[in-house]
Amino acid sequence: MNDRLSNSRAEAGAFIERDHSQHPPAFAPGYKSSVLRAPKQSLISFASTLSEKTGPAFGHNMLGEYDNDLIINYAKPGEEAIGQRIVVHGRVIDQNAKPVPNVLVEFWQANAGGRYRHKREGYRAPLDPNFGGFGRTITDDDGYYWLRTIKPGPYPWPNGVNDWRPAHIHFSLFGTGFAQRLISQMYFEGDPLIKICPIVNTISDPDAIDRLVARLDMNNTIPMDLRAYRFDIVLRGRRSTFFENRKEGN
Amino acid sequence: MSKPLDYLKETPSQTAGPYVHIGMTPNEYDINGVIPEDLGLRVVSDGVKGERINVKGRVIDGGGNPVADCVVEIWQADANGIYNSPMEHRSGVDPNFSGWGRQPVGSNGEFAFDTIKPGPVPVAGGGVMAPHITFWIVARGINVGLQTRMYFSDEEEANKTDPVLAKARMIAREKTLIGQRDGNIVTFDIYLQGENETVFLDV
Repeated sequence: MNDRLSNSRAEAGAFIERDHSQHPPAFAPGYKSSVLRAPKQSLISFASTLSEKTGPAFGHNMLGEYDNDLIINYAKPGEEAIGQRIVVHGRVIDQNAKPVPNVLVEFWQANAGGRYRHKREGYRAPLDPNFGGFGRTITDDDGYYWLRTIKPGPYPWPNGVNDWRPAHIHFSLFGTGFAQRLISQMYFEGDPLIKICPIVNTISDPDAIDRLVARLDMNNTIPMDLRAYRFDIVLRGRRSTFFENRKEGN
Repeated sequence: MSKPLDYLKETPSQTAGPYVHIGMTPNEYDINGVIPEDLGLRVVSDGVKGERINVKGRVIDGGGNPVADCVVEIWQADANGIYNSPMEHRSGVDPNFSGWGRQPVGSNGEFAFDTIKPGPVPVAGGGVMAPHITFWIVARGINVGLQTRMYFSDEEEANKTDPVLAKARMIAREKTLIGQRDGNIVTFDIYLQGENETVFLDV
């Protein structure tokens, strides 16, 4: 970047206040792990400063060729992970509906049988020797991303006596400012476990839950190969910086 | 009736869960060979400017036990108070300083970041914030990533005029945001609940 130009830039816009009705509360006793880990005091609220308007950036050149292909990125040469072959794709946009390019998206998931490759995991479903369960990508100039994987299985977990997680993929995202940092989970359209999951139900607004459910996308499904699911993600938007020489944020 | 404005709603947060390490620090948790090195291991490179410090601490739950399955991220300015970010409008950031770090807490429940002490950061419209490091904590049982800041015990004067500490002082919880410096070690324990509950931020 040209130094003279960068010296004359206006400070980036502050973020739109977070709408907490769209998120779970910290304390959600139906999800028992939250009970001892939920702050009980109010958060301190203030308009974002430079410390939140800025954030780390990641270059496309750090990515390996198969980072976003979980079917082969952990597999032995010539082998593939077992399971229903899918592609998950979509756009990362902000609340102003602007695409967010250069977003590092990291994802992790259980294998087709619902088993994670993790030392604290105890479910009896078998590990797949060709499946690690980790991938990452960076959005392009249009905020677009995709990953190829196998559909994760549902699995039981110790909460209630008989709680099962719906099939899901964990997503972690970096926006342009650290205030946009987000971790969430993507579910699959039609899964009957979504409605009865205590973690999903930490969110009280049914419309908010619905926005975590990826849709089967037959238009992008590759015949005789893999089904596509569409999942768009919205990060916090920035306010306009009125009365500045240069507008940023919308 | 007026048509509502069409601003979108943020995607809801969900807990990072007990297997967050697969996604955040895969090599550390035996998902080897997918990526060459976990991200955020090194905040500083050789030749970094500023005072080298080690920021360490624990995350402690409401039962008084260290949270051994969380991941902690930090974000901070360089020694001159400039962020290494495309959204930083000032130039001159230290190229040997990324400002961003990520660690799983170890089996002893501790994080420890090898970094430098940041400079004060200006506030839009005038004034400065005292040197501080932003923390972000995710884990099983944390539904929305928890954000807080660590300030420095050896910055008493600057801390007095910091706008965020001023808010914490009004509710008599300022001390929960102060890392205690002893030589080049700064200790910052984060309490999720209880008498010493850390101040968390909505920003």
